[in-house]
Amino acid sequence: MKAEAGGRPRPAWDPRRLLSGVRGNLELWANLIILTWAVAFAVWQGTGFAIGLGTVFAIWGILSVSLNLVVGYTGLLSVGHIGFFGIGAYAVAVLTSTQDYELLRTGAVPTYEWPFFAALVVGVGLAGLAALVVGVVFNRFRDDIFVLVSFGFAIIAFNSFLNLRGVTRGAFGIHEVARPQIGPWVFDEEFDFLVLALVCLLLVSLVSWLIVTSSFGRVLTTIREDERTAEVFGYRVTHYKLAVWVISAMMAALAGGLFGSWTRFVDPNSFILLESILLVCIVILGGLASIWGSLLGALAFVLLEEGLRFLPFVPDVHVGQARQMTLGLMLVLLMLFRPQGLLGRYKL
Amino acid sequence: MDNSSEGRPAAGGDQNAAPLLRLENVSVRYGAVSALADVSLGVQKGEVVAVMGPNGAGKSTVLKAVMGLAPVVTGQVYWRGARLSSATHEIVKEGISFVPQGRRLFTHLTIEENLEMGCHFLKDRAERERRLESVMELFPILREKRRDPASQMSGGQQQMLALGRGLMSGPDALLLDEPTLGLAPVIVKEVFRNVEAIGRTLGTTIMIVEHNIRGVLDIVDRAYVLDAGRLVFNGTPEEVLETGILTEVFLGKVEAQMEEEEE
Repeated sequence: MKAEAGGRPRPAWDPRRLLSGVRGNLELWANLIILTWAVAFAVWQGTGFAIGLGTVFAIWGILSVSLNLVVGYTGLLSVGHIGFFGIGAYAVAVLTSTQDYELLRTGAVPTYEWPFFAALVVGVGLAGLAALVVGVVFNRFRDDIFVLVSFGFAIIAFNSFLNLRGVTRGAFGIHEVARPQIGPWVFDEEFDFLVLALVCLLLVSLVSWLIVTSSFGRVLTTIREDERTAEVFGYRVTHYKLAVWVISAMMAALAGGLFGSWTRFVDPNSFILLESILLVCIVILGGLASIWGSLLGALAFVLLEEGLRFLPFVPDVHVGQARQMTLGLMLVLLMLFRPQGLLGRYKL
Repeated sequence: MDNSSEGRPAAGGDQNAAPLLRLENVSVRYGAVSALADVSLGVQKGEVVAVMGPNGAGKSTVLKAVMGLAPVVTGQVYWRGARLSSATHEIVKEGISFVPQGRRLFTHLTIEENLEMGCHFLKDRAERERRLESVMELFPILREKRRDPASQMSGGQQQMLALGRGLMSGPDALLLDEPTLGLAPVIVKEVFRNVEAIGRTLGTTIMIVEHNIRGVLDIVDRAYVLDAGRLVFNGTPEEVLETGILTEVFLGKVEAQMEEEEE
């Protein structure tokens, strides 16, 4: 125990000592502020709002945790994650589409009437397959070039959703996407859906935690730190990168399936490049190579997005732009003062 | 000047046996630049061999060519008399380990985790532990600090860790690229002592690329001298010093550069 200026030793439980420790602990403050903000917001706006907020958070949470596996842990800065999110959403929307709805429209597009969970499994599998094919090509690239090719993937995915009209119905989108159903139990209530989304988020976080704490995860971080040296020791880095890329894409597709079913409407505008960039911002904001950081980043983003609606000086029509400007400003400030993000350990 | 790799007596290794590792007419090109031109050399089992020469001579490229990290355009690398794969992960499994220049530690991991990274293909936990113990016996400082992050080590300690990590796969041949680069003279001596000890106590065949001529010639059985991607000499340390080949390749290059500048 160190003697203080006054000469008397100060005990470890001294409140002043504890307070000085807390004052310098940005991570603790970030957690406290964001969680308190979430609880206060939910209490203020009521249960219905809180349920909606929680569902949006769960979907963004799955996306940011899965992207952090690729960006934070493996060091591959991908801006194409939204493409896999879209594949999941479209797979669920297309495969659950019904004849009743289709007759009202063109009648030209085939309908499948699959149950939600079967469609979700196919969507996740399709995204994994797409990631495998894309990943084999992307494995040739690193650093800046990787960013550019992932950018290209996001553009190709968006244009596929827009132009494959025979399947996706193009800009018209797909309405009345089915809600999940287990036997007679339909997840029609918002609260039921929230529970399902949170269970999925929990599963994704758990799988991610198991990955990053395993020897596989350790290799991913060494690839991020020094890919060439990892190769020298006999690690087939292309296999590791491909594996985490595919796993992450499948998680994103899971989020996409939930998103399509929750909004009950899917169109290409939900999967534009800007959403992908926002997602990267969330991962950086929360902290690279931190699962909890990704969750906190997603929560902060959702709160920010919803919170801006209630600011009297931001007109409704400009809420979207205000959200992007605020997030952009926050990102600039973070890069200046805390480049590793709120809870991160590594810089981009 | 002798540029053949056959028939030289050496302190370590059986010179009559087939070389453990052999490069035959190997050429490496990086685009339009030739890094190695038709180089043939061999290392006997148990030998400690130096690869020397001025900057840009192709010393590190020799090691990279063996490890499948350089684009070999012609020629072949042989290991135990058979063609060696060009896939690095296969080469490591064959029993060749590479300690790259600049130590290249994983500074976000602990010392023990760094060591474990050197033998990932070993699934037997008990064997891993045994190897950890034997490396820590060779470098006691690593045992003392096994739970510390590698980033907290001094330059010399980091080099011990780099050597230890290279030994974790239990290699028959260890390729060292400039192990004393950027270290204080006292530490340099310690590193050379350690390299010598690895060769002597573990019987590991060692190929070392080094700039510190005096230090490395004290510990090797034989040396190859390269100049501008070509093998220009192969002999014992005494022969290297007697012939003055190093003065020729190092100063020759300087003189040629000066002549070019004058022109």
